[in-house]
Amino acid sequence: MKKTAVTALSASLLNCRTCHKLNQAQPLPRGCHQLCSRCGTRLYFRKPNSLARSWALTITALILYIPANLLPVMTVISYGRGKPNTILSGVTHLIAAGMYPIALIVFVASIIVPIVKLIAIICLLISVQKKSRWHPRQRTMLYRITEGIGRWSMLDIFVIGILTALVKLGSIATIEPGIGAVFFAGVVITTILAAMSFDPRLIWDAMEKEQ
Amino acid sequence: MTKTAGNALIACHDCDLLFRARPLRNSERAACPRCGAVLYHKRPQTISRALIYSLTALIFFGLANFFPFMTFKMQGREQVTFLVSGGLELFQQGFRGLGILVLAVGVLLPFLRIIGTLYVLIPLEFNLVVWKAKETFKFVEAITPWAMMEVLMLGVIVAYVKLIDITTIVLGTSLYSFAALILFMTLSSAALEPIEVWARLEQRS
Ligand SMILES: [Zn+2]
Ligand SMILES: [Zn+2]
Repeated sequence: MKKTAVTALSASLLNCRTCHKLNQAQPLPRGCHQLCSRCGTRLYFRKPNSLARSWALTITALILYIPANLLPVMTVISYGRGKPNTILSGVTHLIAAGMYPIALIVFVASIIVPIVKLIAIICLLISVQKKSRWHPRQRTMLYRITEGIGRWSMLDIFVIGILTALVKLGSIATIEPGIGAVFFAGVVITTILAAMSFDPRLIWDAMEKEQ
Repeated sequence: MTKTAGNALIACHDCDLLFRARPLRNSERAACPRCGAVLYHKRPQTISRALIYSLTALIFFGLANFFPFMTFKMQGREQVTFLVSGGLELFQQGFRGLGILVLAVGVLLPFLRIIGTLYVLIPLEFNLVVWKAKETFKFVEAITPWAMMEVLMLGVIVAYVKLIDITTIVLGTSLYSFAALILFMTLSSAALEPIEVWARLEQRS
């Protein structure tokens, strides 16, 4: 059997999430929070209500995901005719035009990343709630990847902004943003926040008990 | 108990393991023995180098905003855009929240990150700690995940490729400045070790 690891929690040390200073935990009355002696950030042994917050944000993202993909994210108006584009049709147009590398980039950033992120967070949340002892190192790695890739989903939002600003030629060609873009931005932000709220130390807490 | 000379006691932010890290040589890094998280880099002249890269980034930020970003030409008409045009256009078309989001993560937060870093690092280079330096650095660290210039850059490339088949797009000076800005911001992050900055801030105050 492996011996129990010494953690900051077991040594009553609070690791500051901003400056990483270890603070000795002080006995404080209920409702009071200890602040980092170096930078003044509120200290917690674990992120507060990590699971509840992360679940709430993940479920919000799942709900927003539906209109984000069904509603048009932008409309191309040319000579009076409007052609609504969804996230997926944007990718299929690129494929149809033979622009495979760019199609792949957009497909990964807009479709793969949000789905993979949502699945990964849900798996992490369930594994922590079941106090799973399965491959903690790999699950921590999954968390790091999830946190790192989220920003790239903003790609389509930027593309819509740039196209809207560039293509403004009245009746010849105009591009207008669509309501789907708002929902899509909502998915991106809520998934980033869901990953931020998750505390990977919870994965390891299950390893310390009942050795 | 919490401090012994040389080997500092550190806790892993990803798995909470408490251990003593041996002193590092230049360019070495300390990783958590249990989960593999990278906790600390020993970077040579971290503050001076990050400072120079950030100053260069600030210059390119100015250029990127001053000159036209891209110009769209079609049937004798042209549309000039600037770095902030994407966000402003969304805002003006009634997509206010979206416009603010695009301006914030693409332009405003990267700018605040650069000047916030400079505000803390320039005095620190001369062993000074200015008013609200810790609060500023805390703010810089908090906004870092939301500064997404490199994603905006990729967005520009995607938009360019989408339009190049049907029309002429002229790439402006600003776009090259923006690419340089991203390069120097990356170099600055690679040179800067925040834990070192915090230690210096604590010593001086
Ligand atoms: Zn702190
Ligand atoms: Zn660790």
